[in-house]
Amino acid sequence: MTLANDEVGGSTQPMLAVRGLVKHFPLKKDLLGRSAGVVRAVDGVSFDVFKGETLGVVGESGCGKSTTARLLMQLISHDQGELVFDGQTVGSNSLPLKDYRRQAQMVFQDSYASLNPRLTMEDSIAFAPMVHGLPEREAIERARDLLERVGLAPQRFAERYPHELSGGQRQRVNIARALALQSRLIILDEAVSALDKSVEAQVLNLLLDLKEAFGLTYIFISHDLNVVRYMSDRVMVMYLGQVVEVGDSETLFKHAAHPYTQALLSSIPTLDPDRRTETPPLAGDPPNPINPPSGCRFHTRCVHAQAICSEKMPVLAPAQHGQQVACWMHVAGAAHTGAPDAQGMVKPLEVAA
Amino acid sequence: MLGFLLRRLIYSLPIMLGVALVCFGLVHLAPGDPLMSILPPDASADLQAQLIELYGFNRSYPEQFVTWVWRALQGDLGTSIASNRPVASEVMTAVGNTLRLAMLATLIGFVLGCLFGFVAGYFQNSWLDKFASLLSVLGVSVPHYWLGMVLVIVFSSILMWLPPGGAGPGGSSQWIWDWEHFKHMLLPAITMSVIPMGIISRTVRALVADILAQEFIVGLRAKGLTNVGIFWHVVKNAAPTALAVMGLQLGYLLGGSILIETVFSWPGTGFLLNSAIFQRDLPLLQGTILVLAMFFVVLNLIVDVIQTLLDPRIARS
Amino acid sequence: MTSLNAAASPVLPLVYERSAGYWETVGRRFLRDKVAVGAALVVLLLMVLAVFGPWLAPMDPYQSAMLKRLKPIGFEGHPLGTDELGRDMLTRLMVGAKLSLFMGITPVVCAFFIGSLIGITAGYTGGWVNSVMMRTIDVFYAFPSVLLAIALSGALGAGITNSLISLTIVFIPPLARVAESVTTQIRERDFVEAARASGASAFTIVRVHVLGNVLGPIFVYATSLIAVSMILASGLSFLGLGVKPPEPEWGLMLNTLRTAIYSQPWIAALPGAMIFMTSIAFNLLADGLRSAMEIKQ
Repeated sequence: MTLANDEVGGSTQPMLAVRGLVKHFPLKKDLLGRSAGVVRAVDGVSFDVFKGETLGVVGESGCGKSTTARLLMQLISHDQGELVFDGQTVGSNSLPLKDYRRQAQMVFQDSYASLNPRLTMEDSIAFAPMVHGLPEREAIERARDLLERVGLAPQRFAERYPHELSGGQRQRVNIARALALQSRLIILDEAVSALDKSVEAQVLNLLLDLKEAFGLTYIFISHDLNVVRYMSDRVMVMYLGQVVEVGDSETLFKHAAHPYTQALLSSIPTLDPDRRTETPPLAGDPPNPINPPSGCRFHTRCVHAQAICSEKMPVLAPAQHGQQVACWMHVAGAAHTGAPDAQGMVKPLEVAA
Repeated sequence: MLGFLLRRLIYSLPIMLGVALVCFGLVHLAPGDPLMSILPPDASADLQAQLIELYGFNRSYPEQFVTWVWRALQGDLGTSIASNRPVASEVMTAVGNTLRLAMLATLIGFVLGCLFGFVAGYFQNSWLDKFASLLSVLGVSVPHYWLGMVLVIVFSSILMWLPPGGAGPGGSSQWIWDWEHFKHMLLPAITMSVIPMGIISRTVRALVADILAQEFIVGLRAKGLTNVGIFWHVVKNAAPTALAVMGLQLGYLLGGSILIETVFSWPGTGFLLNSAIFQRDLPLLQGTILVLAMFFVVLNLIVDVIQTLLDPRIARS
Repeated sequence: MTSLNAAASPVLPLVYERSAGYWETVGRRFLRDKVAVGAALVVLLLMVLAVFGPWLAPMDPYQSAMLKRLKPIGFEGHPLGTDELGRDMLTRLMVGAKLSLFMGITPVVCAFFIGSLIGITAGYTGGWVNSVMMRTIDVFYAFPSVLLAIALSGALGAGITNSLISLTIVFIPPLARVAESVTTQIRERDFVEAARASGASAFTIVRVHVLGNVLGPIFVYATSLIAVSMILASGLSFLGLGVKPPEPEWGLMLNTLRTAIYSQPWIAALPGAMIFMTSIAFNLLADGLRSAMEIKQ
């Protein structure tokens, strides 16, 4: 079994193709066996991750980002959908789960909880390689080398315990651990969210360095839009278990198409007195993932909502500047006054800045 | 709320069934043919056959079990081999005696335990705390049957203030609520109360220390609440768990009274159990264990329910 | 962040800085607790007595002398008096340590292994396996421990082996429950998820990540059960269900000396005092361990 490399399938084949991922969590049943419903954590998510890019994933708490991350790592199994890595279905005979796990690894948010309090740093890092057959000597060597790479001197840190390190140092160890299997895809689930700003900057730069040095591909999940902008080549916006917009990073930030994305962007606090936020970007309360709104899930909070929005769910379709949007206003001929007509002519409409 | 109660009740049923199964199976663990213990030594073959039929030893185990449970549910626990009286009535009389003793013991243990526990928790790390904690360690560590013996030595033998045993003057077992009878109850109750005292004291101390350390107390003090007011809040927060522990301790005393009842010759379930074991009186043994175990299960259920009613946090989860 | 500038500095042997391991820290904390250390010393003394008692004791514990029955404390040649068959009390108390401690500690040790196996398996596997295992355990947990011990002993019959079996069965449920509870908590932690993400098998994950974090709390709980076990074991002998005469065992001695409480009360009380002392020592030791490991119960 040869290790896949970046030439597999050519540069246009996505490293990871996600199709129709669904995960519902059942709620406790009552005495008579009637279920109180399901939490639709991830409800039909499809996207591609291309070799060598950083895909940012943003959204509010509860939008399904972390669940998606865990589904991608197969830490929980999906109800429907499939994952295709380098053209092979994950979990099939050609790509068993254990082999997939060598290719994709994850860095978690809580740096302390991610490390076994009883293991030294080098032991934590060396665990995964040893599981995959590397002899202990070499695994420890690799662990020490990785510690060096993430900027922690092995003499000082290799035989320490988690409680002796700071948050930033622990997260570096977690990154080293994620690299221990020489994986090509690294999922970073709010990896820097719990760090102080100054430390965060250092770790982000470390991530960029490592990406170049090892030719990595990142999925960068965060709620912090500025950080996502800094790190990502493309960005995906999630809302209530679905993807609402995905596109090139700069394009998205300058020409956000989906009303939700626009609302998110306008909520970034700014110190510029000329760009005060006059009206609140979002109306209404965040809805319930147990009982999501009908049709477009955002329609209850959308300032542009119309009848069609509560009736039919929009799917991802190409929009004006090259991104994909799930919104009736960008579907030619849709029954929405803001939609382009059948010839693709866009009618001018007040779009909140 | 009703749903919770119903669920809890239904959940107990398989446990009760399991308990009945264990009680039933226990007796068949015994080495030797259970029939032998029932037979008089010179029994004829006819008598043997009769008894086998009567006690059902010739039927399969599941059949025996179902018959036994069915009869038990109707209140028929068989007949005691030794005394030839119905097991059920013997057990119930004994249970009454043990309950009286256990309740008094639990009460004493609860009152003293709360007292020591509160003092220790309020005055953490002071000499009061260390003293109270010492008392609770002693309470939990003492072999209670030995303590009973020591108390008998001191108060009966040497000081002659209290009788050494039995449930009434002259060894009678008819209970009357007078001082004469109460004297008999005092020593065993005090002996029994020591372990619950120790456990409740430790629990309350931990609870009080925990509650006082919480931030809402600081908030209350900042609001200007007096010490008495704060004390009340602590009590309210500690009460559900403390009462739950007390209920459980009552259950343990009920089930575990045999040692003390042996020391004091108190005619309760423990004493009954003792004689049943040594006389190999299987129906009596089975019946007593079943009744005691069921009491414990039901008691746990009640404690659970009361704790939920008192502590709104549990009900909401 | 260091950048190794090999040219500038001489090549020093790389000394890896180590910090105190987990058990070292626990040990140090334990040693600072005077009460716990005192209790540990008493336990050590009792263990020595248990192992070397028969050699250290002045006389033969089985040697009865009918003319010297129930002589008081301080009697010539018998510093702690004689028992109801004229045997030297001091000797019997010393030799009795072996059986009493053995009957107390062994069931807890056995139950620790069996209970941990059941609890950790149930806790890590989860699902219906967990439910089946824990509900079965709950049935036994539904009995008060004394009752269960006596019922089992009564059913199996008297004797050392039977008592050990019944006591082990009594202690398996609480240990299994604690094991399951702790394992379930650890299983939810991120580092276990990370271990699963690395593709390790369940067995490896339990061995490397779960055991190290779980055995500590279970062990501490087990030590707190030793005192209870001792009292229960001696209690069984006291009732005549455990050790059989003429073996020296403190509980049994309390039984046979019962009639002597009117003639020689202090001698009759001595064996119980030994049980008491041992129980206090083990309880304080368990408390000290718990504080040293900073576990809240």
